[in-house]
Order: sequence, then C-alpha cells, then structure tokens
Amino acid sequence: MADLNTAPAIDAPDDLYAELLAMHEGLSKKESDAANARLILILVNQIADRNVLRQAMAAARAPGSESG
Amino acid sequence: MNKIFEVPLYPYARVADQDAETPARHSVIVIGAGPVGLAAAIDLAQTGHQVVVLDDNDKVSWGSRAVCYAKRPLEILDRLGCGEPMVDKGVVWNRGRVFYDEREVYDFDLLPEEGHRRPAFINLQQYYFEQHLVDRARALEADGAPIELRGGSRVVSADAADDGVTLEVETPDGPYTVQADWVIACDGAASPVRAMMGLDFVGRVFEDNFLIADVVMEAGFPTERWFWFDPSFNRGQSALLHKQPDNVWRIDLQLGWDIDKDEEKKPENVIPRLKAMLGEDAQFELEWVSIYTFQCRRMEKFRHGRVLFAGDAAHQVSPFGARGANSGLQDTDNLCWKLGLVINGTAPESLLDSYDDERIHGADENILNSTRSTDFITPKSEMSRIFRNAVLDLSEHYAFARPLVNSGRLSVPCVYDGSPLNGVDALEGGPARSRPGAPCPDAPLGNGFLLDQLGGGFQLLSIDADAPEMVELHAITTNRVAVSASDDPSGALADRYLGSASGAVYLIRPDQHVAARWPSYDEAAVKAAITRATGRA
Repeated sequence: MADLNTAPAIDAPDDLYAELLAMHEGLSKKESDAANARLILILVNQIADRNVLRQAMAAARAPGSESG
Repeated sequence: MNKIFEVPLYPYARVADQDAETPARHSVIVIGAGPVGLAAAIDLAQTGHQVVVLDDNDKVSWGSRAVCYAKRPLEILDRLGCGEPMVDKGVVWNRGRVFYDEREVYDFDLLPEEGHRRPAFINLQQYYFEQHLVDRARALEADGAPIELRGGSRVVSADAADDGVTLEVETPDGPYTVQADWVIACDGAASPVRAMMGLDFVGRVFEDNFLIADVVMEAGFPTERWFWFDPSFNRGQSALLHKQPDNVWRIDLQLGWDIDKDEEKKPENVIPRLKAMLGEDAQFELEWVSIYTFQCRRMEKFRHGRVLFAGDAAHQVSPFGARGANSGLQDTDNLCWKLGLVINGTAPESLLDSYDDERIHGADENILNSTRSTDFITPKSEMSRIFRNAVLDLSEHYAFARPLVNSGRLSVPCVYDGSPLNGVDALEGGPARSRPGAPCPDAPLGNGFLLDQLGGGFQLLSIDADAPEMVELHAITTNRVAVSASDDPSGALADRYLGSASGAVYLIRPDQHVAARWPSYDEAAVKAAITRATGRA
C-alpha cells in the first residue's frame, strides 16, 4: 500500500507555483472556487489510490496547516 | 369508464369471524394491501399457508407513487406468478440521461450485459401494480388457496403475546376481534400497528419538498429516465421525468423547504411549473398531484415476537434510487419462506431473527445510498455545491467524473454478506457476484432462463457436476436443478456461476439467494449448509 509522499517532488517549484496561480488569472472568486474543485477532482482521479488520498485529506485538514 | 383506482376491488363484506363467539384464529394476518402486503400474502398462500389480508381501504392506491420496479423485484414477481403481466403492461427502460443547466452531460445504461430475462427497470403506475397483485391473489383464491382479502377492515388495536396476536378490527358493521399466530405489518410509513405497539422509528428528515405530478399527454420523449440538475425551468433545484403506460408521464420537481404545500398543489400553481418544463403550448391533463417530504429512517428491529414489519412500515428511504417498494418486495421475499418453515415446524422460530439480520443490512444499504444521492442532489453547504457542480461540469467532457454523478443509485438487491445463514464458499475461482449471500444472477438456459428453473424451494444447482436428485433433511426437501455450461452458448452461465472452475454445486435458498457452494457434491457439507440455512446451526 502506497503512502503519501510529503518530500519535495516537484522540479522547478517556482514555475509550477506560477502556473497554478496563472490558472486563476482573470477569474472571479466563484469561478476560482469552481476551477479549484475541478482541479482537485481531476487530480483525485489521477492519484486514485484511496490510502494516499486519505492521508492527503488528513494532512490538508490537520491543525497548523490552516493559517486563518 | 371508471379508472381502476376508483373501483372497489375488495369491497367490505361481512365475514363469519364477526359473528364468532370466541375470536377466530388464523395462521397469518397481513395488515395492509399495498404492494408489500399483497406480495407477502401471495407468497404464503401459494405455498399453502392460510393468510388473511386486512386493509381499511377497498381500492388500489391513486397515483403513480412507487412507479419504478427494478429487475430483482420483477424476478420475485415471476416467482409469485405475476411478473409477466406487469412487464407486459409496464414501460421497459434501461437508460438514464442526465442534464445540467441547459446541457445534456451524459447518459448511462443500467443493465449493460445481456442474458437476463428481466430488464433493469419497468415503470408502472402503482395502481396497476397493485391491481395485478390483487388479480393474482384472486386467481390463487379461485384455485382453492387459503387467501382472503378483507377491505373496509381497519385494525385499531394489536395485542402481541408470546404465542400469537389479538387484533381488534373496525368495520362498517362495527368492531370484531380476531387472532393470528403471526402478523405481518405492511401498513406503510405511518404504520398504525407500529404506533399501537409503541415502537420507535428514528432517522433523518430531509428539509425539502417535491411536487409529483402524473400528467397525461402525447409526447415524444424517449423511454429513458431524465434527470435535471439546476434546469432553467426549475432553477437551483432538480427535476425528474419518467414515462409510464397509457401516455402518463411522471414528473418530480424539487421545490425547496419553505413552501406552502396546499398552495403548491393547486392546479393554477402546478400548471405554470409544468408549462415551464414542457413548453407553453404543451397539451396535457393532470391525473394526480402530490407533495412529499421524505425521511431516511428504520425501526431498530423488524421482528417483534410474532409481529413482523415489512416495507415502509419498517424502513423509509428518499425516493432517489427507487429503493422503497423494491426493498419492500425483497423484505417479504426474505421473510415468507422462513415464516413458512417455522409454521410447518421444520425450522426453529429463531430462523426469523435472520430476517432482522438480513433485511436490516438491506435497509441500511438503501438508506446509505439514498442519503448520499440526496446530499448530491441537494448540497447542504456552499462547498458541497461547488464540488457537485464541478463533478457535473467535468462529466460532460471526461468519463472519469461520470461515476461520481449521483442522481440516485438505482435499486440493486443487496448481498447478505456475513449472514448467519450463509454456508461455506468452497468454490475456488468462483465469481464474487454469486458468492454465498448473493441473489442468484439470471442467465440464459436453453430456450429460457435459469431463474425460471429455480422456483421457490431449497434447490441444489449442479453445473457440470454430479449430485443426487433430492436431499431430504429436517423434513425439508431440496431438489436438484441440473444444468451444464453448454446449455448456454453465450457463456454467461459459466461466467456468472463457474468463473475459472470446471463445475460447481450451489445450495440455493427459496428466495433465490446462494446459501453455499462447492466444486462438487459432498453430502455432509450440503447437509451442514441446509442445517445452517434453516437456522438450526
């Protein structure tokens, strides 16, 4: 059973981050929320591994990960 | 001509019980002549058990109500001798189509494989469904089966003792008292019997209202289930369209919570809503209009000594998925053979506790599925609406998102995994779909179908395997049904029952669920499985 990879795994992180923000460029808050939800669903299907996804959801919800 | 739901099919008539000095005693009394009560009575009567059905009404119900009957209940109706007229009259459909806003996002086939006698679904007004059951009950009665329908007979008190139940029945001629060894309460979601016995019925109420309309019109929509999320004609809500026989169309429109039910039901308010959906020029006539609010809940136990609850009296689900009447028919399918053995003295009374085990498992599965559908159809938070809409958007373009669209997970029978009645699964390489606890999948067999051969007793199904023609144990006869994979050139029989095995022996229960299976006949093992399946182990 695979585990969630929390070690750095992205080449050129600044480029990736900029692409992520560019996805939202020109969108309203409502449109951005919709795009984020679609992105999550697309990635969830790509990952597909329930165990990895459960760990990812737990990490996303964990105290300390939310700043405000 | 009067419509069928206007004709008293079982009018009140005075019976000898009303003049008896000491209360008459019957083997089984069924309370409620709806789909579930009638199915229970037919099931018992056709195996020779004496049954009286009491109902305060004398007609079939008005309106389409349950409307969708699934494949497994149709197979149960075949066993009860009335599947054919229902399927002949009903509108057969297998395909569902989903719309979001103005767009069609995808369609799906509910029965993607061949080799089943019955379709995924038929649509049929509940009054026709009940009428066919009444016809079947009358035919049994004419053949001398001990079945009696008493209309205009309202049960006003139920006194359950260890060895039987005493009922007081109100009639146009006044009350009388009658007794039964067993009572099956099929008196609906508001079950008066449940209330008389002071039993619980807890669960979740959904804060929503749906307008249901039966509309008579000539229309060219195909025979498919059409479901709309957030359509322009019912913005922010959902809508559902089903075709029924006689050009009657069933329309369900979600209305939201804060409405005036009496106002919404008035034709002057209903007609503009329907015109918004069907077009200003649509010509139609309203046959029936109702508003419902639904709940998902069940009784803690369905068996209370000599009183057994079935159908909506025992459990309620949201309507998405057609899991109400369909699960009620599976209740009585599960219950009646067990009750028959107990009445005959060939199984211990405790066998009836497995009705609780198995059908509570079924009810929980139905409640879970219909609750999830409801949460998808009516998102309860801003974020759940965002995800719901994201799924719908993606489903138009990407196949991966389509399984996430939940417009109702349509009724499929549950597998009684973990049931105390299940025996061994010794068939190495056997398909999971026919494991112990599963309902037997249908398959082609010669010029017919497998399920038609299984009937309604204990059966030993041998597929390319030796077995005796009959096994007698505990005064129960188990008959052999011998088939060969070569009886089905399509390969479906082998695919559904053998998997990678070359032969198999299945012990099948009277409700056509698998009790146990082996690669070959082993007398001791089969007898142990019969012992277990009849509640003796």
